[in-house]
Amino acid sequence: MLRFLTVRLLRAALTVAMVVTFAFVVLRMSGDPAQIIMGADAPPEAVEAFRAAWGLDRPLWVQYFNYFGAILSGDLGRSMRDGRDAIQLVAERIPATLALTLPALLMKVALGIPAGIYAALHRNSWVDRLVMIVAVAGFTVPSFVLGLLLVLVFAVQLGWLPSGGQESWRHAILPVVTLGLGGAAVLARFTRSAMLEVLGQPYIRTASAKGVPWHAVVTNHALPNAAIPTVTIIGFMMGSLIAGAVVVESVFSWPGVGRLLVVAVANRDLAVVQCILLLVAATMVFANLVVDLLYGLLDPRLRNAPKRAVA
Amino acid sequence: MTVLLEADHLLRRYATRRGMLGRPVDVRAVDGVSLVLEAGRTLGLVGESGCGKSTTGRLVLGLETPDGGEVRFQGDAMPPPGSAAWRALRARMQMVFQDPLGALDRRLPIGVQVAEPLEIHAIGNAHERAARVETLLRAVGLRPDHATRYPHELSGGQRQRAVLARALATDPALLVCDEPISALDVSIQAQVMNLLVELQDRFGMGVLFISHDLRAVRQVSHRVAVMYLGRIVEEGDPDAVLHDPAHPYAQALVSAIPHPGRGARRIVLQGDPPNPADRPRGCAFHPRCPVATSLCTMDVPALKRRPTDGRLIACHVAHGDVPAGGGVAEVKEAA
Amino acid sequence: MTPLVSIRNLTVAFDGQPALRGIDLDISPGEALGMVGESGCGKSVTWLAALGLLPGRATIGGSVRLAGQELLRAPASVLERVRGGRVAMVFQDPASSLNPVHRIGRQITEALRLHRDMTGTTARAEAKRLLDQVGIPDAARRLDAYPHELSGGQNQRVMIAIALAGRPELLVADEPTTALDVTIQAQILDLLGTLRREMGMALVLISHDLGVVAETCERVAVMYAGRIVEEAVTERLFATPSHPYTRGLLGALPPIHGPRRRLSAIPGGVPEPWAMPPGCAFAPRCPMRLSACDAGLPPAVTLEQSHRAACIRTSVTQLVQDSVPA
Repeated sequence: MLRFLTVRLLRAALTVAMVVTFAFVVLRMSGDPAQIIMGADAPPEAVEAFRAAWGLDRPLWVQYFNYFGAILSGDLGRSMRDGRDAIQLVAERIPATLALTLPALLMKVALGIPAGIYAALHRNSWVDRLVMIVAVAGFTVPSFVLGLLLVLVFAVQLGWLPSGGQESWRHAILPVVTLGLGGAAVLARFTRSAMLEVLGQPYIRTASAKGVPWHAVVTNHALPNAAIPTVTIIGFMMGSLIAGAVVVESVFSWPGVGRLLVVAVANRDLAVVQCILLLVAATMVFANLVVDLLYGLLDPRLRNAPKRAVA
Repeated sequence: MTVLLEADHLLRRYATRRGMLGRPVDVRAVDGVSLVLEAGRTLGLVGESGCGKSTTGRLVLGLETPDGGEVRFQGDAMPPPGSAAWRALRARMQMVFQDPLGALDRRLPIGVQVAEPLEIHAIGNAHERAARVETLLRAVGLRPDHATRYPHELSGGQRQRAVLARALATDPALLVCDEPISALDVSIQAQVMNLLVELQDRFGMGVLFISHDLRAVRQVSHRVAVMYLGRIVEEGDPDAVLHDPAHPYAQALVSAIPHPGRGARRIVLQGDPPNPADRPRGCAFHPRCPVATSLCTMDVPALKRRPTDGRLIACHVAHGDVPAGGGVAEVKEAA
Repeated sequence: MTPLVSIRNLTVAFDGQPALRGIDLDISPGEALGMVGESGCGKSVTWLAALGLLPGRATIGGSVRLAGQELLRAPASVLERVRGGRVAMVFQDPASSLNPVHRIGRQITEALRLHRDMTGTTARAEAKRLLDQVGIPDAARRLDAYPHELSGGQNQRVMIAIALAGRPELLVADEPTTALDVTIQAQILDLLGTLRREMGMALVLISHDLGVVAETCERVAVMYAGRIVEEAVTERLFATPSHPYTRGLLGALPPIHGPRRRLSAIPGGVPEPWAMPPGCAFAPRCPMRLSACDAGLPPAVTLEQSHRAACIRTSVTQLVQDSVPA
């Protein structure tokens, strides 16, 4: 177990390091941050001074190693805009984002899994067809379209809910629903197909042939097996807790991490962008780790199998 | 009789892990197998799952490279897999698998698939190929109009006929059949066995017939070799081996054949088929052997000729090295 | 003797296509019956239908009585008492027939709780006894093992232990050895025979292998395309098979002794359910076909006590014999 964890953590660190490197390269290649921050008509001396102040005049590889060294010592840099610590800027926004993504995740699970199970158990019924139609719609309709639609109906037409901002919990309803609905549809589809696959397995027939009542066959025999693939999807969804709301936050002018990212990219605020990417990568990697551990918990075949005894 | 295929002390190892992060264990799938197949004859290779019979089949075709030993085809050493010489040789050696549906391409009609080996090896022009496909389909008992059918439009038996037609397209000297009938229904099995014998009479190819079914092996083979845990434990004339098996494992295998009209007397072996990753020391069969002695737990018996009838047997007891024992508890090879 | 199970005119169709076309079969208490036939002949469907284990798209007709009680269209509560209780089933592929995420012990005690009201340590002790009974070494430790930690043969023993948990009067074993190695097949058949004698239960052994059935069963029913075409005491069936299909099956079996001859393979293949011949389903493959074979389904004719065959040639011979005074 310890060895398993060590290997996984090393792999996770490697992934994060690769993301950081990638972000560094892409951002440095997409234009001169000094020029963009100082403005196109800034005097050359001012731009030069800015470069010197932020170390942008040094060779790229020196910048990279300085940057990497700083990360390792816990320093994620300062915003080139207002000079504050990037990590502080980002941390301030995390609660707002989680206020959207956590309820949305809850909604995905609470809506998607029961819908998927019900659809699988009543295959080809009208509920099953409805779930499938909604699921396909959830796959294909982009979240900004759905968000705008909801705003049109519930804010503009009916006037029940505000269309943007962060003043009260009522402001959170539309963005949460926008995020949750699509995810619930995805999850319903996965749960349904996982359940159908499991219900066709011989051990389900064995359970019935043992005299287990159908509801117990479903809960005790089918669900634990169907949970194995479903957990992967939930894991991916957990990975997007921080970064999954970029579009929706923009649509609803919600001051979360996603909006900060959009602004920081536009401004070439390197430290902030890199800090957010690091955070996103870390969340994804962590979510994957949790999924792997859950796998071992749910599926005894994947546990570090004890030596097969010979009779 | 000319020798078509000779395998000399073939050795094939795999490294497997136990669990996700276990230590790699050396598994000897094939552990010193030697065999000789004469042109136009059939050698049956029997054994249970994991005994290495399929790996042996792939080794003699050069689909896998042995870790030791040598394969000679028509007197010449097998060229390395993937080389031009090997590819040219592949036209002379074909394989037939258990699952005909898996062996055929679902998207192509049968005729195209039967013609494929001819195209790969650039044999004949389009007209000659079409004529050859028709001949082949007739030879395996299909109609020429089956050429336009897709695999899912044929029955299981017809699919295996199509596979045979494709395998015979290049007029191979060697056909390796790996459990060619075990996925088929009883009445269809008989059709395919009859067909195989007919085709051999007509085309004269040598056949290595790999099966777990001793009865099927007797039906089609001129010689039979019984494998256990990567080694041949007995080899001889099929009738002789079936009627008077000498190795205790062969005896158990013969007595396990379900057979109408035979009494319930049967040697029931204890324990499971062995795990190649956990090979017992000495004779690999000794933990399940009813007549094992202490010698069997230490010394690997060599496959050698019995002086009386020339049959090849690898057993201390059968050779009279020691009197029959009463079985012994298992001794594991130190890891 | 009153039959334990009595099947009358059992029919099954999937999406309108016939799978069973009128099965009549009696099983006496404690008897061992073999059911033989090729894939798709309906030998498994018969028992899945009898126990209500077929999917909803199957239409089932006829009657299946267990000690007089009708099982078809019976409420779920009745069927759940019967399944795993009075009638237990063992399936072909032991590795996939056991739930991969539950321990062996739990899968046995589940049946004990349902049918014998056993829980906790009592159930665990009984589960261990059952594993001992089916010949699993070190049973106490194996209770905590998962199916993937056991070999195929051991998993099939576990399946049998689960089946025995409800103290069944009838055990239906559906191709129990097909997925196993030859020497392990011998072990399992041996075990089934021993258990049947010890526990006095009836056994239905479903197999495609005439040899397997011959060694284990007292009586054999041969099925073809959804019907029973011949039924007889085992020795008689093998000594004097009457139906051309039974003869064909026996002829297709490679002999162990004697000179090697060409096998008398049955030509062609099993008819598809959507293309059933008008009369006898075997007629298109039959070497003794008459024009009358296509006229209608041949009825089962009793040749001698407990030997029946559904072939019009048999009927003709029988009629001739009947008309001749003894």
